[in-house]
Amino acid sequence: MEFDPFVLARIQFAANISFHILFPAITIGLAWILFFFRLRFTLTGDEAWEYAYTFWVKVFALTFALGVVSGITMSFQFGTNWPGFMEIAGNIAGPLLGYEVLTAFFLEASFLGIMLFGKQRVSNRVHLIATFLVAFGTTLSAFWILALNSWMQTPAGYSFTDGQFYAQSWLSIIFNPSFPYRLTHMLLASFLTSAFLVAGVSAWRVRQGVDGPATWKVLKTGVMLAACVIPVQIFVGDLHGLNTLQHQPEKIAAMEAIWETEEGAAFTLVGLPDENTRSTRYAIKIPYAASLILTHDAQGEVRGLNSFAEHPPVAPVFWSFRVMLGIGMLMLLVSWSVALCYLRGKRPGPVLLRALSWMTFSGWVATLAGWYVTEIGRQPWIVRGLVKTSEVVADHSAATLSGTLVGYIGLYVFLLYSYIHALRYLSTKPARSLEMTSPGVKPALAQGAP
Amino acid sequence: MTEFLPVFFVFAMGLALLVYVVLDGFDLGIGILLPLASEPHKDVMISSIGPFWDANETWIVLGVGILLIAFPQAHGIVLTALYTPVTIMLFGLILRGVAFDFRVKAGDDRRGLWNNAFFAGSLVASMAQGWMLGAYITGLQDNTTSLAFAALIAVTLPALYVMLGAAWLMIKTEHALFEHAMRWGKNAWLPMGAGLLLVSVATPLVSSEIAARWFTLPNAIGLVPIPVTCAAAYLGIGWLLRRPDVLRAGYAKAVFIGLVLICLMAAFGLAYSLYPDIILGRMTLFEAAAHSSSLQFIFWGVAVTLPLIAAYSIYVYRVFGGKTTALSYE
Repeated sequence: MEFDPFVLARIQFAANISFHILFPAITIGLAWILFFFRLRFTLTGDEAWEYAYTFWVKVFALTFALGVVSGITMSFQFGTNWPGFMEIAGNIAGPLLGYEVLTAFFLEASFLGIMLFGKQRVSNRVHLIATFLVAFGTTLSAFWILALNSWMQTPAGYSFTDGQFYAQSWLSIIFNPSFPYRLTHMLLASFLTSAFLVAGVSAWRVRQGVDGPATWKVLKTGVMLAACVIPVQIFVGDLHGLNTLQHQPEKIAAMEAIWETEEGAAFTLVGLPDENTRSTRYAIKIPYAASLILTHDAQGEVRGLNSFAEHPPVAPVFWSFRVMLGIGMLMLLVSWSVALCYLRGKRPGPVLLRALSWMTFSGWVATLAGWYVTEIGRQPWIVRGLVKTSEVVADHSAATLSGTLVGYIGLYVFLLYSYIHALRYLSTKPARSLEMTSPGVKPALAQGAP
Repeated sequence: MTEFLPVFFVFAMGLALLVYVVLDGFDLGIGILLPLASEPHKDVMISSIGPFWDANETWIVLGVGILLIAFPQAHGIVLTALYTPVTIMLFGLILRGVAFDFRVKAGDDRRGLWNNAFFAGSLVASMAQGWMLGAYITGLQDNTTSLAFAALIAVTLPALYVMLGAAWLMIKTEHALFEHAMRWGKNAWLPMGAGLLLVSVATPLVSSEIAARWFTLPNAIGLVPIPVTCAAAYLGIGWLLRRPDVLRAGYAKAVFIGLVLICLMAAFGLAYSLYPDIILGRMTLFEAAAHSSSLQFIFWGVAVTLPLIAAYSIYVYRVFGGKTTALSYE
């Protein structure tokens, strides 16, 4: 079987970027949750918040490390896999990536040391500031990288001459049409991912009997955060979709698998989009729903895939979108059910706890699915409407690429397994709040390093 | 401004990579030394770099970032040509980076596995970096001489890193581990010196262009301070390593400073050998530079943030100054 080097380069980059995004998706939100724990402790003096911080900062450190190493891989793969992209769009992409390194990477990496190990060496106030700066750094990092990603989706503020982009207005480049929506959508996704992670792990700890007052507090924090964020996310997601309809209608057509331009388009719940027959088989449809969602008018016109000279592959975009929506609905159901328990003054029962622990990594699935929608949905373009992905690929041999690809995938599978294993191992240890019940017995300090 | 900006950025890139070699150099060196130490010593060694390694590693991202930002044309060529060693280095850096956390968080039965990963990752990353440097100096050529030269640097750089690691341990540790570090430094001194000497001799031999730059008068006279400073620093380190009492009295820092001096001189030498080429014999930095509208935009960013980064990096090093204690999240 002959492998196309272009396909291999794409698979390799996709594998790397998919692996990478799992960790920032947690750390961006978790950093703010940790800041919240520290703030609560500082304001209330309730030690439970301090235990919560001590447990979750370890998870944060582990997650952050995985995000850093996979991120470094990505920064190199821009050059090793897509040298043409930097030659064509370097004038735009370079400074945005540069600002990410200068303003975000150093900030978070430097103050991480103090956040993790500095509690005995600096005052509580300085430690709080360090925690804030790490959280701020992770968010700033998302700001810059999403500015670049959004610019590739909806380019603005440039001129394009002799096969190269030149910057005309940096404000228009950064605040390009899809950027505010994508940034908000991603930050909320990260809050949801980390909220379900802390709630899920806490629910698991409660069920395993390694709970304490801190674990219940964390669980409630996670659930309440998720319950508040999910409706906002659905609203922002809708706005993001409308923005995409305006600027990348071919992506919307693929998401909805609408083949012919029509008024009063139906929403396909499930089905098998087939690009050969240019139809969706076994489709279950809700009449007028697509027009209603997209144009806010039951008779509104939606452009079909057949009206575009080029459009993204339909099935993966269509399915990723449905996975994201499905997880979103589950998140709404579970978080509101548990929040309702709390509002009634009760703790969630065994069924809801089980549901929460099953949802521990739901944010990962939804985030990945969402990114597949937006990135596969951008194809065949790398800069939408201007430069094709196939034009900028490096000319490595299929053998080289498949060799390194096997290596990368092997390593990622091993690391993901190790990560979840370590998370489970950490979660099995009794909460500090339980150990502290026998006064005077101070638990041994964690030995060694990060 | 059009002449100034590319030169400014090539300087910034060189500075970032130099800082990387020194800072992550001691991290990687300690990783390579790890198997030689006992279990409790391993913990102290890793604690001595725990709060810093992440920021240290960021300097290579900045270095490659500046290559990408300021010289996009060269970035693609360099990284495509170095695809294999870059990939190997990334595997090494990934293993090393995650081993920091996993060795204390994945359970005691897996500690040995992650200690090995820490060592292997550090060694592989160091050798790959040496290889990349060698390939870069010869202008990314594929002939046997260039490969041999790359292989030479691939074994020399880890020796330099081991020296940096040993010097860092002498600064940060006490008692038995301090004595070990002294011995490790002493053992690495000769191999490093031999490696550096061979590299210095081989560089003009593999590249006639570099030879021409070094051995034409009157420039040759002006360049004399570079090898002289290197030799003096090297001999000074050797002298110190044979005087344990002086080192114990707190002069271990001088070993580190001597090594930094050698790195600095090597950087000067390299810069002189290449300038104004960004890829030797193929492309000058002016040809590779991004458009000045982009360079200006990022210039202000660098001018403002780099001093800030330096300031808070120094602050973090001061917070964790003095002899290393066990790291704790408490």
